Amino acid sequence: MNKRILEMIGGRLAIAILSLFLVSLAVFFITELLPGDTAQELLGQAVTTEAAAQLRETLGLDRPAILRYFEWIFGLLTGDLGYSHVSDRPVANLVAERLPNSLTLAAITMAITIPLALGLGIFAAIWKGSIFDRAISSAAIMLVSFPEFMIATLLVMWLSVYMQWLPALSFIPATADFRTIVLAFIMPVSVLVFGSCSQMIRLSRAAIADAMATPYVEMAMLKGASRSRMVLRHALPNAVAPIVNSVALSMSGLLGGVIIVETVFNYPGLAKLMVDGVSTRDMPLIQTCSMIFCGFYLVLITAADIIAILSNPRLR
Amino acid sequence: MTHQFDKSRWSRNDDSAVENAIRRGATRRDLLRMLAAGGVVAATAGTFIGSAQNAVAQTPKRGGALRVALNSTSTADTLDPVRASAQGDYMRMSTFYNKLTVLDNSFTPQMELAESFDTKDAKVWTIKLKTGVTFHNGKTMDSADVVYSLSRHVDPKLTSRANALAKAMIKIEAVDKNTVRIELDQPNADLPAILGTYHFVIIPEGTTEFTKAVGTGPYMTEVFEPGIRTVGKRNPNYFKSDAAFVDSIEMFGIPDENARVNALLSGDIHIGASMDARSAPLIKNNPALRLMVAPGGSYTNLNIRMDMEPGSKKDFIDGVRALINRDAINRAVLRGFGEPHNDQPIQRASRYFNADVVPPTFDPERAKHHFEKAGLIGVGIPLICSEAAKASPDMAMVLQQDAAKIGVKIDVQRMPADGYWSNQWIKAPFHFGNINARPTADILFSLLYKSDAAWNESRYVDAKFDKILLEARGSLDEAQRKQIYGEMQAMVAKDAATIIPAYIASADAMSTKVGGLNPHPLGMLQGYNIADTVWLDA
Repeated sequence: MNKRILEMIGGRLAIAILSLFLVSLAVFFITELLPGDTAQELLGQAVTTEAAAQLRETLGLDRPAILRYFEWIFGLLTGDLGYSHVSDRPVANLVAERLPNSLTLAAITMAITIPLALGLGIFAAIWKGSIFDRAISSAAIMLVSFPEFMIATLLVMWLSVYMQWLPALSFIPATADFRTIVLAFIMPVSVLVFGSCSQMIRLSRAAIADAMATPYVEMAMLKGASRSRMVLRHALPNAVAPIVNSVALSMSGLLGGVIIVETVFNYPGLAKLMVDGVSTRDMPLIQTCSMIFCGFYLVLITAADIIAILSNPRLR
Repeated sequence: MTHQFDKSRWSRNDDSAVENAIRRGATRRDLLRMLAAGGVVAATAGTFIGSAQNAVAQTPKRGGALRVALNSTSTADTLDPVRASAQGDYMRMSTFYNKLTVLDNSFTPQMELAESFDTKDAKVWTIKLKTGVTFHNGKTMDSADVVYSLSRHVDPKLTSRANALAKAMIKIEAVDKNTVRIELDQPNADLPAILGTYHFVIIPEGTTEFTKAVGTGPYMTEVFEPGIRTVGKRNPNYFKSDAAFVDSIEMFGIPDENARVNALLSGDIHIGASMDARSAPLIKNNPALRLMVAPGGSYTNLNIRMDMEPGSKKDFIDGVRALINRDAINRAVLRGFGEPHNDQPIQRASRYFNADVVPPTFDPERAKHHFEKAGLIGVGIPLICSEAAKASPDMAMVLQQDAAKIGVKIDVQRMPADGYWSNQWIKAPFHFGNINARPTADILFSLLYKSDAAWNESRYVDAKFDKILLEARGSLDEAQRKQIYGEMQAMVAKDAATIIPAYIASADAMSTKVGGLNPHPLGMLQGYNIADTVWLDA
C-alpha cells in the first residue's frame, strides 16, 4: 500500500472524528433550545417553581450549559457516559440493555439485505431488459413507495392477527428458546429488508449498467467474453465505489432510524431510547445515543470511502 | 306491604342499568336499594344482581404467567416511591409494595398494613400496624420502616412527587415497634385516605437503592429494566392469604395503540391498558376479549380566567356555559367513553357526590343573548387546546361549530403537547386543562379551587369557600363533611369558570381468561392496582 492511500485514509478518519465533535456540539445546543427542561418534563403538570428549582439543583442543571457540555465531553473522553437525569442510572447501563438488541437487528438485516440486494441488482444488470430485470426494477420501485409503517402494520394484521403464525411483538421474553427468537425476528427484519434493499438494487444495477457502456467493456465484448464475465470481471470492479457508498448509506440508518419498526413491534432498541431521552430532555442520554448513531454512520461511510479508495485501480 | 316482582317488566335496559351501577362501584346494598325503589323484592333482586355481576366475579384460580401491556413506558420508569409519576410506576408500586391503607370503590380508605387509625382532633394520629408482615428480604415490617418511608416524601431534597401532600406531616415518630404517631400542621380527617394513595408505600428503613423493589407486596422483583419491562414473581410469604393468584406478572409498555390491540388479538398479551373508542368495536366483536370500562378517572375541562379578558365579563362565562353541548361531546368526542358531568370535580362514585347539582342545558339562544351583552359577537376569541389535554382539540371543534351558528367566532389554537403544562395551562385566558382523579374531595378542592391555590384554573376567589374547606377538612363528622362538600360542589359549579363537560372513562381490554378485575374510579387497571386480585383461567 502506498503512502498516498495511507494519507487519504488518515484524512478520512480525522474528518470523521471532527464530525463527531461537531455533531455533539450541535445536538447539545439544539436540545438546549427546546422549550422546557428535564425538571419541568419530569414534574409534568405538577411542576411548581420551587420544586423545579430544587430538582434542577439536585440534577446540576442550574449551572451554565457550556460548563455542562464540557463536563460531559471530558467524561466521554475518559469513558464515563454520565448519569441519566431521568432514570438516575448510569447511561452506560441503559445503553448496554439496548445496544445488543439494536446491533442484532442491524446485523441480521445487513446479512440478508446486502447479498440479496446486490445479487438482484447484478443479475438485473446481467440480464438487462429481460423479464427478470423488469420485474425486479418495478418491485424495487413499488417497495420504496410503500412507507415502512404501512408494510409493518399490514404484515402484523396478516401474519399475527389473522393467521396467528407469528407474534405481534418482537419483545422477546427473558426465557425464550431459539424458535421463539427466530419467529420474533421474522417480521421486523422483513420490514427493514424491504425498506432498505430497493435503493441498493437500483443503484447497483445502474452503476453496473453505466460501466457496461464504457469502451473497455465494449472491448471485452469484442474479444468475445461472455455476458456474465463482462459484468463480473470487467464492469463490477469499476462499479464498486458507488455501490459500497449506497450500501453504507442504506445501512447507516439501521441503528437510529428504525423507530417505526421499534414502535410497531415494540422492540426495545436504541432509537426508542433516544426518543425517550428527547421527550424528557435527558441530555446525557441524548448525547450518548447521538454519538452512537453518528459513530455508526461514520464507521460505515468511512469504511465505504476506504473500500472505494482501495478498489480504485488508478490508486492501486 | 310486599311488592310482587313481575318478571316481564324486567328488561335488558334494567340489566344494563344494574351492570352500569356495578361498574360505577356500587355496593350490593346500593343495588338492592336501587332495585327496591323499582319495586323488586329482595329475594328476587339477588338473582338479577348475580347475573349482571357474573362477568365481574368468579372463583379465582391460581397459577399462570400474566402479561400486561401498558400505554406508556420510558427510561423514567422507577421503583422509587418518591419518583413515581407515570401510570406504570403506580402499577409497580402496588405490585411490589403495600401502603397503610387502600382506597375502595367509593374512595373510602380500608386498612392494609395498618391495623387502625385513631385520632381525637384529626391533628395527631396514632396508627397501629399489622404484626408479622415481612419484607421480601425477610425483615419484619415495623414502625421504623413506616417512619422512614413516609419521611422520605417530606424531605425537600428528595423532591417527592407527593411532597405537596406529605409536607402537612410535621412530625412522624415511632411510639413503639408497632405504633406510629403522626402530627399534622392542621387538622385533616383525610389522612387515612391520603396515605392510601400511590406514593405512600412502605419500604424497609434505610433503603436508598431502587434497582430492585424490596417491599411487602404480593410480587417480588425478578426483572426491572426502565423503559423495557418489569417482571414480578409471586411472593410466597405474602401476608394476605386470599390474594396474588398468578405465578408471575410481566408489565411492559406498548405506546402505540394499534400495536397494543394487535398484540391482544394475536394472544401475545393478556391485558392491554387504556383503549379508546376507535379500538372498542374490534375488541367487542372478538369473543375471546372483553373491555372493562371504568367511568371517571380524569376529566378535560374548559377554563376561563376570570381575572383576564374576556373572562372578566360575567356574560362571556355564562355564554360559554350555555354553549357547551355536553351531549354532543359525550356522543361525538368521547363516543360512549365518558359521562356527562356538572362543572365540579367530585366524581359520581364518590360518597360525597351531590346529585342535586345539575349542569346547565345547551341553549344557543341564551348563549347568543349573553355574548351580545358582552359585545363579543363576531370578535375572534382565541381558545387554546392541545393533545396534552385529552380530547380537547375535538371538544374545541364542537364548541367552535356551535359558536359559529350564533355568530360567535372562536379561534381554536392547537398547541403542541410538549410544554403545554408549563406554558399554556392556567396561563391562557381561555384554554383546556386535564385533571386526573384524586382520592379525596379535600385534595381536589384545595388543589384546584382554594383562592390561593397555584392550580386555581379560573382564579376563583371566595372567602366562604376557603373557610368551609378547612372546616370540612378538620371535621371527623361524616354527615357534616357530606353536607359541606355537597355545598362546595354547588358553589364551584355556579361560580368558578371551570367547565367540566364530562368525565372521561378509561377502558382496558383483556382476554376473557383474565378474572378478578373490576372498574375503579381512580382510573385504569382497577386504579393501577391489579396484583392482589387478578387471576388467569389457563
